[in-house]
Order: sequence, then C-alpha cells, then structure tokens
Amino acid sequence: MIHLQHIERIFLVGDEEVHALSDVSMTASDGEYIAIMGPSGSGKSSLLNIIGLLDRPDNGSYELDGIKVSELDEQQQAEIRRHKIGFVFQFFHLVPRLTAFDNIALPLMLSGIKQEERQVRVTAALAAFGLSNRAGHRPDQLSGGQRQRVAIARATIMQPSVILADEPTGNLDRSSGIEVAEILEELNRQGITLIMVTHDPDLGRRARRQILMVDGRIEHDK
Amino acid sequence: MQVNDFLRYTINGVRAQRLRSFLTALGIGVGIGAVVLLTSLGEGLHHFILAEFSQFGTNLIAINPGKVTTHGISGALVSNVRPLTIEDTESLKKLPQILDTVSVVQGNAAIEAGSHQRRTTIYGVDASASRVWKFAVATGRFLPDDPPRAARSFAILGSKVRQELFGSTQALGMRVRIGGELFRVIGTMESKGQLLGFDLDDAVYIPASKALALFNRESLMEIDLLHSTNSSSSVVAEQVRKVLAGRHGSEDFTITTQEKMLDVLGGVLGTLTIAVGALGGISLLVGGVGILTIMSIAVNERTGEIGLLRALGVGRNQILALFLGEAVVLAAIGGLAGLGLGVGGSWFVSLLVPALPSHTSWGYVVSAELLAAFVGLVAGVLPARRAARMHPVEALRTE
Ligand SMILES: Nc1ncnc2c1ncn2[C@@H]1O[C@H](COP(=O)(O)OP(=O)(O)OP(=O)(O)O)[C@@H](O)[C@H]1O
Ligand SMILES: [Mg+2]
Repeated sequence: MIHLQHIERIFLVGDEEVHALSDVSMTASDGEYIAIMGPSGSGKSSLLNIIGLLDRPDNGSYELDGIKVSELDEQQQAEIRRHKIGFVFQFFHLVPRLTAFDNIALPLMLSGIKQEERQVRVTAALAAFGLSNRAGHRPDQLSGGQRQRVAIARATIMQPSVILADEPTGNLDRSSGIEVAEILEELNRQGITLIMVTHDPDLGRRARRQILMVDGRIEHDK
Repeated sequence: MQVNDFLRYTINGVRAQRLRSFLTALGIGVGIGAVVLLTSLGEGLHHFILAEFSQFGTNLIAINPGKVTTHGISGALVSNVRPLTIEDTESLKKLPQILDTVSVVQGNAAIEAGSHQRRTTIYGVDASASRVWKFAVATGRFLPDDPPRAARSFAILGSKVRQELFGSTQALGMRVRIGGELFRVIGTMESKGQLLGFDLDDAVYIPASKALALFNRESLMEIDLLHSTNSSSSVVAEQVRKVLAGRHGSEDFTITTQEKMLDVLGGVLGTLTIAVGALGGISLLVGGVGILTIMSIAVNERTGEIGLLRALGVGRNQILALFLGEAVVLAAIGGLAGLGLGVGGSWFVSLLVPALPSHTSWGYVVSAELLAAFVGLVAGVLPARRAARMHPVEALRTE
C-alpha cells in the first residue's frame, strides 16, 4: 500500500522556487491500476520519482507497505527499491553492452543471487515475454517493443509489489504501445500495483483509476 | 553482489571500449614494463659485476698514482706527483700482511709475428699476476719469477691474439715483435670472454719493466696487492699508505680497497635503480592521469546506466565500488601487460647479449602489479565519487 500525505517538492531555479508538487496526498491500495495524466510540467514524473524513492519530498510523509520510507536513509531506501519497486522508463534504459538475458538478470546479479537460480528465472521471464529467441541479442539488435519488453522483464524479475512506468509507450509505435500496455495490465491482473504516467488519453482510459495533475496538484482523481 | 559477478561486470565495462581501454592500460603497461625491464637488467648487472669483482677475492688492494680528492683527480699532470715504481712494489712486498704484489702497466701496441700484425692491449705485469688475478694459462706457462728490473723478454698471448697471429699453428716458442722489440712466446691464455665490452682475450702479457720501456713511461699505472684474509683491508691499506708516503714524501697516490670499490659500485647501482624507479614512477603517474581521464569520460557516458543501477536498488557505495573496480581492473590489466613486456624484454635482451644476465625477482613482479592496481585505485577515486554522488533522477534523465 502506498500512502502519501501533503507531499511538497520544490526546485530552485536561479532565485525562483518551482513547486513541482504542492500538497499532494493520495493512497494506492495493493493491486490498483492507476494512470497519472496531465499537461507537460504538471509534476507527473516528480510524483512517480518520489513514489519510487528516487527522490525525496521537501515536505510531507510517505508510507509504503506500512514502512515510513521517507524517514529511511539512502541505503535502506535502495533496499526497498530493489525488492518492492520495478521501474519502466520511456527510454528503456537497457545497458547497451549487455545481452537481453544479462539485462534482465541485472537486478538478480546485483542482489547476489546465484548463477543457477538466475538462469532458471531469467529463462522463464524470457519465455513469458516472448523473448526466448532474443536472449543473446544486445539492445541495439532489438526493436523498440522488444526493448521495452526486456525492460519490463527486468522490472519484474525481483517480483516487486509495485510497477512504476513513466510514459512506457511514449517511444513506441501504436501497436507496440498497445502490446506493452497489455503486458503491464496482465502483470496488474496478477496482483502487482501498476502506476503509469501517460500522455495518451486512450491509454489513460484503460486504467480503473485516473489521476489528473495540473500545476503540481492533483486536480482530479477517479 | 557476488565477487565473480562484480569482476565480470567491471571487466565487461572495460571490454566494452576495447581500443580506448587498451590505450589507457598501455600507459600503465609501459611504465611498469620499463621499470621491470630496467631493474631486472640493473639487478642482473649488479649480480654479474659483483661476481666478476669478487672472483679476484675481496682481499685485493689497488694503488694508483695521483691523489683522488673530492675535487677530482690531481693526477699525473701535477709535477709534484712522484711516479709509482717497481721499487715501490718491491718495498710493499716486504710488508708482513702482503701475500703478493703485481706491478701493472697497460697500453696499446702493435704485435707482429711473421707477416701477421695486430694492434692489441699490452699488459706489463709480474709473474704473480696469474696468481693474484686468478688467470690460467692454456698452454706453456705464465711469466717466470725473474728479478723485476731484469726480466727476460717473454710474452703470454691472449687466446684471440694467439688465434689472429698463429691460427692453428704452434705459438709456443715463437718470436713476436712488440713495438720493435723481440719477445719469445712462452704461454697462451685460456679464453676469458668479454667483460662489459672489453675483450679480455685481445691482450698480451709481458714483464712490467719491459712495458715501461716500451711505452717510455716512468710510472706504473697500478700496483695490485693481495693481502692475507686475517687482516682487514682498511688496516692493511693504512700500512701501505705509511710505507708509500714515507718513500714519496707525501700522499701522492690513491689506495682503493676491493671492499670500497664494491661499496662504491653498490652505491652507483643503487642510485641507478632509484633513477629508474623515478622514471617508472613518472610514467605511472602519467598512466594514472590517463585512467582518471578515461574513467571520467566513462562516468559521463554511462550516466544513464548509473541512474538505472540506482533505480534497481544499488546504493551509492556500491556505485563507488563498481567504478573503482573498473579503474583497478584497467590498471591491473596494464600492469600485467607491463610485466609481460618487462620480463619478456629482459629475456630477449639476455638472448641478444648473453654476457648481460637479467635477474627478475618475483617479489618485485608482485609489488609492481600491486603498485599498478594501487595507481588505478587512486586514479579512480575522483570519477567513482562523481558517479556515486549523482542524483538518480538527474542521471536517468540523460539519454
Ligand atoms: N531538477 C529540476 N530542477 C528544476 N526544476 C525541475 C526539476 N525537475 C522538475 N522540475 C520542474 O518541476 C515541474 C514538474 O516537472 P515534471 O518533470 O514532474 O513534469 P511532468 O509532468 O513529468 O512533465 P512531462 O509530461 O513533460 O514529463 C516542471 O515545472 C519542471 O520544470
Ligand atoms: Mg515527465
């Protein structure tokens, strides 16, 4: 469960304060499917970064699965990211010199999980995402849709409780975009909380709950 | 993260930029290689020279005309230097600790036998030279124990001279002409090879008094003394100094003990080693700067990857460790290459110049490799810290 209360995020640009988030409060229950929408610069990414513990709020409190994560130190937050949160980015963020297999295995390797177990889990993930025949390919040998599927496989390999996706289809053509959205929705059906930032109204409408942000505030939540 | 995975990931990072990594590692490699090669040769030279010198025994004292002062040699040019004479040698021979003496005159002259002629090094010495210098004759005998001032005109040929003048024919008993005077060959020397470029076999030995006359000299060039091992060289040197100073009226000669010579030699080689080490240090420094530069570039290029790793739950310290690891791997590869260059190079040199032995000590090799890794570690600190301090959101934004 995600529980945000009175979150503020202020950036200093020169002498000017930019309120990326002002007094944002929201709760997301386990297994929810939320689309965050809104105009450019409205604070969608800022909100997602704070939920993902990549950034700290200047004010307010954040509880994740009953843990007051805003009070944890950097190392403890890293632990939580590793085990509870999976990220999917607009630009995939695959490591270019690693194969699809090794990119998916990366979180397992960083957590010190043994080679044999990695082999089993990554092979299963490759099969699940229809990438079995691409295991040895490097990112530059994959299509956009395939890259994003590798990224999603990587995001889910540690079996997180939440997936945070910042415009996951923003860099894909229409059909690959729909394919990726369907994969994410399937993961959501299996119980993972899915929070997705999108500019695409059609994609946004597929979510059971939509949050509209304007000027760093939640304008609309339904 | 498991150790082998850590290594695999860092090596992978190094390998991803093969050419760049190779060139950077080369900087370290050349430094380590040069140091290993030069110190191997230096050390080999040290062992070699030590062996060469101590083959004559360490109880050897040499006396040369002229006083070596800290201002340099005030030698034969100064008129109040009295010549070292055969009589000086005779008087020193009477000292109880002195076992043997050799008067030495050296010069170049032409030697003729029949139609063959050759310029060679002439050594005017005493019968004792073969004992003191531990020379062995191959055929015949060395100079006889004639009275030094009335020595007969006998000559002993070095193996090369013998070969050049007589080829495969008999040399013993033949007459040779040296500087116009006739000598009878009574012995030939065994081949002794080269010492630091000097051909020891391209030499002829004749009595000292004959050589003085031949070169029209008054003074011996050196008197060598062999003293008993019961007394220390410095004590003997002091007695020699008293006797000679008494005869000459002043100390217009220089006494060098073998011990002292070895000391000086050791000092010179030590300084040389330090100089080589300093050179190597400079190239390591340059190599280190290269690693710092390349790692800074790598951190810039891989900002997105750093952001990703942070998002995947890697802490700042682990980012630091990963990039430090990469710098160390880079430097260690360079170090290994350098060791290969150095050891291979010294092996190659010893093939080309067998007389110059090389000596690579394993302790040295290990510490050179550790040093290379340490340079990598130090050079990696700044870029790795920059990587660790990046804000994950900022890092992820760059693409
Ligand atoms: N590091 C930063 N420094 C200064 N201002 C920032 C920084 N990050 C975000 N902002 C500002 O905060 C506000 C919200 O930015 P954010 O990236 O969250 O918007 P967004 O809704 O994701 O926009 P988009 O749809 O274009 O991605 C913007 O006005 C932006 O300029
Ligand atoms: Mg955004």
